[in-house]
Amino acid sequence: MIEILLFATIKAGTPLLFATLGAILMERSGVINLGVEGLMLVGALTGFAAAHTTDSLFMGVITAFFAAMAAGAIHGFICVYLRGNQIVSGLSLTMFGIGITSLFGRSFVGLTISGFSKVEIPVLSKIPYIGQALFNQDVLVYFSILLVVAIHIFFYRTKTGLYLRSVGENPGAADTSGINVGLYRMSAVLVGSGLAGLGGAYLSLAYTPFWVENMTAGRGWIAVALVIFAQWNSTRAMAGAYLFGGINAVQLRMQAMGTSLSPHLLMMLPYLFTIAVLVIATLRLEKGSTPEPEALGTPYDREDRK
Amino acid sequence: MEALLKVESVVKTFPGVKALDGVNLNIYQGEIHTLLGENGAGKSTLMNVLNGLYSPDSGTLRINGQPYVFRSPKDSIKAGIGMVHQHFMLVYNNTVFENILLAVSDLPFWLDKKKLRIRIKEILDRFGLHIELDEPIRKLSIGQQQWVELVKLLIRDCKVLILDEPTAVLTPQESDRLFGFLKQFKEEGRSVIFISHKMREVMELSDRVTVLKKGTTVKELVRGEFDETVLAGLMIGTDEIPVWEKERKEFKETVLSIEHLFAEKEKNMSDLIDFSLELRKGEILGIAGVAGNGQKTLAEVLTGLKPPLSGKIYADGKDITNADSRKAYIAGIAHVPEDRKSMGIAPEMSVDENLILKSYKEKPFRKFIFQNFKAIKENAEKQIADFAIKAGPKGTPIRLLSGGNIQKVIIARELSMRPSVLVALYPTRGLDMGSAEYVHKVIMDARKDDMSTIVISEDLDELLKLSDRIAVMFRGRITGIVDPEHTSREEIGLLMSGEAAQ
Repeated sequence: MIEILLFATIKAGTPLLFATLGAILMERSGVINLGVEGLMLVGALTGFAAAHTTDSLFMGVITAFFAAMAAGAIHGFICVYLRGNQIVSGLSLTMFGIGITSLFGRSFVGLTISGFSKVEIPVLSKIPYIGQALFNQDVLVYFSILLVVAIHIFFYRTKTGLYLRSVGENPGAADTSGINVGLYRMSAVLVGSGLAGLGGAYLSLAYTPFWVENMTAGRGWIAVALVIFAQWNSTRAMAGAYLFGGINAVQLRMQAMGTSLSPHLLMMLPYLFTIAVLVIATLRLEKGSTPEPEALGTPYDREDRK
Repeated sequence: MEALLKVESVVKTFPGVKALDGVNLNIYQGEIHTLLGENGAGKSTLMNVLNGLYSPDSGTLRINGQPYVFRSPKDSIKAGIGMVHQHFMLVYNNTVFENILLAVSDLPFWLDKKKLRIRIKEILDRFGLHIELDEPIRKLSIGQQQWVELVKLLIRDCKVLILDEPTAVLTPQESDRLFGFLKQFKEEGRSVIFISHKMREVMELSDRVTVLKKGTTVKELVRGEFDETVLAGLMIGTDEIPVWEKERKEFKETVLSIEHLFAEKEKNMSDLIDFSLELRKGEILGIAGVAGNGQKTLAEVLTGLKPPLSGKIYADGKDITNADSRKAYIAGIAHVPEDRKSMGIAPEMSVDENLILKSYKEKPFRKFIFQNFKAIKENAEKQIADFAIKAGPKGTPIRLLSGGNIQKVIIARELSMRPSVLVALYPTRGLDMGSAEYVHKVIMDARKDDMSTIVISEDLDELLKLSDRIAVMFRGRITGIVDPEHTSREEIGLLMSGEAAQ
């Protein structure tokens, strides 16, 4: 029982994890992206479409990454080079994603592919209780966990990561140190959008290997909230994503077991939890300090007289 | 001798203002070159052109005779120019170490923190600096932050160092230490461009002075050709410096009394420890001390921004200890904050609106639930005329004004409430001579009307000139109260370092 729940938890948490990591990458550069939901949808549809046509799951993943990246490029260009309003641009990106995927997705509804299959890691998967849940998953799950570590190392152990964090905190300081603020922000938005696309692709290629309209069902928004819960930190993002995955798994199980609780109430749980988590995350903060990148949401204009 | 760095007729326009209007500047190798000029003369703009932040509309930049175009600060760094900005370019949430790393030009992709740490420690040791590398910048005092900025330049090994008002935030001792470094740089053949409003420093350091006024070069002078009067004359031109005199006064009534005050400690900042002080009616009480010895906490407690842990504050005999900011202000305490841009104004709003930030709810600025725009406009016109504020075209966001004019707006607003007590933190920091004297005159005029003022400053000359009494703070306590007419800079300096108390 615990094993099954744990397994389902990680599976449900993985799309959130990809999207949250992508959003963290973007926000660390100072660009807020409320278009994650739209990017996930773009990733889910293009990933499914490519996998279905080429009969290659790998092609699906690659396509999802680059398609979401292309969609994110619009946001990046508006925010970084035109210095537009990041909130408005992000919201439009979500609307755009919902619209365009329901338009082009129609012909893919009802089709199926064989999704990612489990890859059992020898020895580790024999650990009682957690072995099967953690080490008998598909490759994308393993990849997402590697990504958590990689992003952490990138932020705190590499020059590029340090520069990126500086750009998000004080673009003026970065600029006067000779760092190309626009390039860093644009790159972060591109890669981050691609990762959000992977989150969507996980839904349509592994979680439930088919396409339905609006299949992300608000996961992009949960990812945006998880970034705050995670305090812009990739390892905390993993905890947050699995926490939500767990609630989702429990909720589904309760429905399957047929409780007297209304299914609508159960489906609300993850979203109620989002609010609770935001309240707790904010209350826990050390007074006067904030883990939020200082320049988050503010366009950088070198010639602006401050 | 050919100039190392030559700026020829550079023009730079911002929306609505011509900040530089054909300015010329010649920097020679191995000299300390001072840029003088009032606020708004274009000094900082010119430096930002040299730094690669602003690209000029026209004009040329030559280094060793070769024309250069800086497309970004990166080009400027490559050309060997480094700058400490007036508003530091530091990442406040990152550690000192991470901030210094930004200046390392050959930073490897994989950060070997141990190795880099040793390298940075070496540089710090070479200059005898002690900075805790793992502390986040936001927990450092402004003085310490400046050392971090300086270390960044030292690491880059710049040929030309630009320091935009570096001493505005330093104690006399720290300034002397900085000057030692600058002279050392000069010996090493580097050039230093130095911006300051303090004449004593200009006279002590400069090999050459260029005076700017309204975006153009007025004159270039070498040592021997200038003295304080000559420079002041060139800088101000035909503008008048306000003159004022301090009249002798007798003080009897107490308007504000602080008794055994304790306040919460913040890291690296001294709190208030058993702090007692009396402010008398019509008196200007100066508070001297190195920044970070509790002055800011004192001002925040007095203006109600921060609650004290224990102790009492009485205004006119009324207990205002636990009043919130609004109530304290009603009790008649006005506040000129330390950081005028982040605390004193609403940057995007106009001068008119900033002038009524505190009184927008009062008559005549309110009509039922609406604002009375006519009254607001009239009030602004009067204040702008009374305080000689250069406010620019109507509706200009206040952040576009020069520092001196922003400070005038804040003071005009605070004084228009006819407060009985004014708490002013570093009221003339970063202001040019004309503006600073103006602020002094205004405070002095209000003194005639029996307003009491607490002036917190690091500029001893200012305190000696202005104050009726000077209290010296060290680590949250008062180490002594002196009479400016019977004291010396040395005596105050000793009290500031806490030595006299031991």
